[in-house]
Amino acid sequence: MRSAALDEGPILQTSHLLGTEALSVDEIIGLLDLAEHYVTLNRSAEKKSALLRGRTLINLFYEASTRTQSSFELAGKRLGADVLNMAVKTSSVSKGETLIDTATTLNAMRPDILVVRHQASGAAELLSRKLNCCVVNAGDGSHEHPTQALLDALTIRRHLRSFEGLVVAICGDVAHSRVARSNIHLLSKMGARVRLIAPRTLLPADADRFGVEIFHDMREGLKGVDIVMMLRLQLERMSGAFVPSAREYFHFYGLDAEKLKNAKPGALVMHPGPMNRGVEIDSAVADDIEVSVIQEQVEMGVAIRMAVLDALSRGLAAGGRNAR
Amino acid sequence: MKRLAFINARLIDPASKLDATGGLLVEDGLIRDFGARLFRDGKPGDAEVIDCGGHVLSPGLIDMRVSTGEPGSEHRETLESASHAAAAGGVTTIVVMPNTDPVIDEPSLVDFIGRRAAATAKVRVVPMAALTKQLAGEVMTEIGLLKEAGAVAFTDVDRTIANARVMRRCLAYAHTFGALVVGHAEDPELSAGTAMNEGEFAMRLGIPAAPSMAETIIVERDIRLVELTGARYHFAQISCRASLDAIADAKGRGLPITCGVSAHHLSLNELDVGAYFTFRKVKPPLRSESDRAAMVEGVASGDIDVIVSSHDPQAADTKRQPFAQAAFGVVGLETLLPAALTIYHSGRASLSHVLETMTAAPARILGLEGGSLAKGSPADLMLFDPDEPFLVDPTELHSRARNTPFEDRRFQGRVLKTFVGGICVYSQEIPR
Repeated sequence: MRSAALDEGPILQTSHLLGTEALSVDEIIGLLDLAEHYVTLNRSAEKKSALLRGRTLINLFYEASTRTQSSFELAGKRLGADVLNMAVKTSSVSKGETLIDTATTLNAMRPDILVVRHQASGAAELLSRKLNCCVVNAGDGSHEHPTQALLDALTIRRHLRSFEGLVVAICGDVAHSRVARSNIHLLSKMGARVRLIAPRTLLPADADRFGVEIFHDMREGLKGVDIVMMLRLQLERMSGAFVPSAREYFHFYGLDAEKLKNAKPGALVMHPGPMNRGVEIDSAVADDIEVSVIQEQVEMGVAIRMAVLDALSRGLAAGGRNAR
Repeated sequence: MKRLAFINARLIDPASKLDATGGLLVEDGLIRDFGARLFRDGKPGDAEVIDCGGHVLSPGLIDMRVSTGEPGSEHRETLESASHAAAAGGVTTIVVMPNTDPVIDEPSLVDFIGRRAAATAKVRVVPMAALTKQLAGEVMTEIGLLKEAGAVAFTDVDRTIANARVMRRCLAYAHTFGALVVGHAEDPELSAGTAMNEGEFAMRLGIPAAPSMAETIIVERDIRLVELTGARYHFAQISCRASLDAIADAKGRGLPITCGVSAHHLSLNELDVGAYFTFRKVKPPLRSESDRAAMVEGVASGDIDVIVSSHDPQAADTKRQPFAQAAFGVVGLETLLPAALTIYHSGRASLSHVLETMTAAPARILGLEGGSLAKGSPADLMLFDPDEPFLVDPTELHSRARNTPFEDRRFQGRVLKTFVGGICVYSQEIPR
C-alpha cells in the first residue's frame, strides 16, 4: 500500500465532504489509503492521536443514528478533538428554530468541523454555503451519505483488492436511499459494474441514467455478482404505499441463502444497518460469518471517518476557518 | 383412454382463422387432432361419436368479467350456479371478480376460490384478485404472492382508483411482476350518486345522471399512467365513442393497452331504460345510440378486443326498488353469445371475428391456455347453431338470479352442447 496519504499533503480538493459524486478517483484512493492507517491504529492498544488537538467537532443529527453518530464521535475523540453532540430533540430545534439559525448559532461557537445529518436532501450543501467551518454530510434526505459509501469501499477493497470489473448488486429501496446513490457514484468511478435490484415502486424514475443495470427479478439480478449490498426498507414503506407487505417483500426481495446461491460463490453480503431481519435480509445470511461483512463495515466506519476528519483538517488554517 | 369424435362439424378457430367443415378428435380431455380431412373415411375407431349436423364447433367462450356471490352472498349466485349458467351459454372459462365478501385480496382466498371451483363448478374458474386492499383504492395488495397463488389479473372491479398517485404505484408495482391490471373507468366524483347516462332521456326521467366524459376522463388518465409506468392494462368495459377513440389512439402509439365491452352495451342504449326498468341499470350506464353504434364499430375494427357478459346476479330485493336506489348489474352468461352475434347477423363482422373476442383474445390477454383449437389444448368446446332464433325467457335461465336485461328479446344463436376438458357439461334438451 502506498502511504502517500500519510504525508501531510492535501487529499481533498474541497473543504467539505458533501457527497461521492464530486469526488475524484484520486481523492477516493487517498481517503481509503489513509483509512487503512487508522484501521491499524484502531486495532492497537493506544488508539489516540493528537492530530486534531484543539479542534472542535460538532455532530448535528436531525435523524436518529447509532452507527454514524457514534463513529463520528469516536473518530473525533481518537484524533484528539473536542466533540459536541447536539441533541436535537432537547434543543431549540424542537422550539421551531430553522436549520440555518441553529447552524449559524453553532457556527458562532467556532467549531472546525460540523457533521450534519438531516432529513432534507441538500441540507449539507446549504450549510456548506452559509458556514465557515468544514461540513461533513452524514446523510441528507435521499441524496448522499458519502462516508457510508467510503466505508463500504474500504471493506470491499480489503476483501477483493481492486474494484475493476467487480459486479455489485444494490438491492432494495433505491428510491429513498442516500446510501445507494453514494455507492453508485463511488463504485462506478472505481470501475465496478453496479446493478440495481428492486420493484419498480422502489426505483427512482430514470435510474438507468446512473449508468447501471436494472433488475426487477432478484434471482436474475444476483447472477454472478461479487457483492450483494442490501438496503434497509423503512417500515412505513412496506404497508401498501410502495410495497404491499413485509412478507411479500421478503418473498421476492429478501436476501436468503437460496437467492444468494445465484451470486458468485464466496460473494460478500453487505448492509448499512440497521437491519430489518426477515424483511430485507434473512438472519441466517446476515449472521453467516463466511459471507456477511456487516460487522466489519461498522469497524471500517470509524477508520473512514477518522480519515475524513484528518483529510479535512489538512485544509484548515492554523487558527481554523473561523480564524478571521 | 377416453376418445370423443366430433364429425360433420363446421370448425371455426379464430386463432388460426380456420373455418372449414371437418372433424375433431378428443383424447383424455385434450384436442388430439382436427381438420377437414379427419374422419373423412368415417372411421373414428372406438371413439364415442358426436354428429354435429353441420353446426359450428368452436373453442368454448372465455368470459373475462363474471361476478358470483361466492363467498359472502351465495343467495345471489354460487360458483356452482354460475358454472351451470356458463355451460348453458357456451362459456367454458369464467373469470371471477374479487368483489365478494370477503374481498379476494389475500393469497389464501385465491386458493379458496380455486378449491371451491374444483369441488363444485362445471366450467373452469379463474380468479382475478383485488388491486387494492378491500377495494378501497388506497393500499395495494400483495400482487406478487396473489399472482403466484393463481390470480390472473388485478382489479378493483367496478371501482375507479381516484388517487392518481396510488394508481401509478399500483401499475408500477404490477409491472414488476408482469401482472395485468384491469381497470374500471368512471370518475368517482363525477358519477357519485348517479344512476344513468346524462342526456335528454335522463333529464325527462328525472334520474341523477353522469356524463360519458366521466368515463373518458379516467380512460385518458390511465392511458397516461400506462405511458408513465409501462404496465399492461385492460379497460374492463368501455361504453362511449370518446373512450374508444382515446384507446385506439393509445394502441396506435404502441402502449400495452386492451379493452372490452359488455354484450349489453352492444345491444342496448339509454332509451331501453324505458319506464325505470331496473334490470337495465348497469355500471357504466347504457349510453346514447351513437355510443352504442361506436361500440359495435369498435368490435368490428378490432379496437375493442373483448366482449364480456359482465354477469352480475342480483336478487329481487336489490332490483325491486325505485330506479335510483336499485342495484347495478345484469346477468349475462347465457345471453353473451347471442347478444354478441348480433354484430355478425347485422353484417358488421365475420362469425370468426366475433368469436375471437370471446375466445382467443381473452386467452391472449390473460395468458390462459385454451381459447383456440390446437393439438394438445384442453378440449373446451362449444357446439352451436349461429342462426337458430329464440326469445329470451328469464324462467329458462340457469343462473340463480333472473335479472336479465333481455327479457323477450329476439336473438339468433343457441348453444347445443358445451364441453370442458372433453366432458359434456351442457346439452340442449330437445333441439328445436
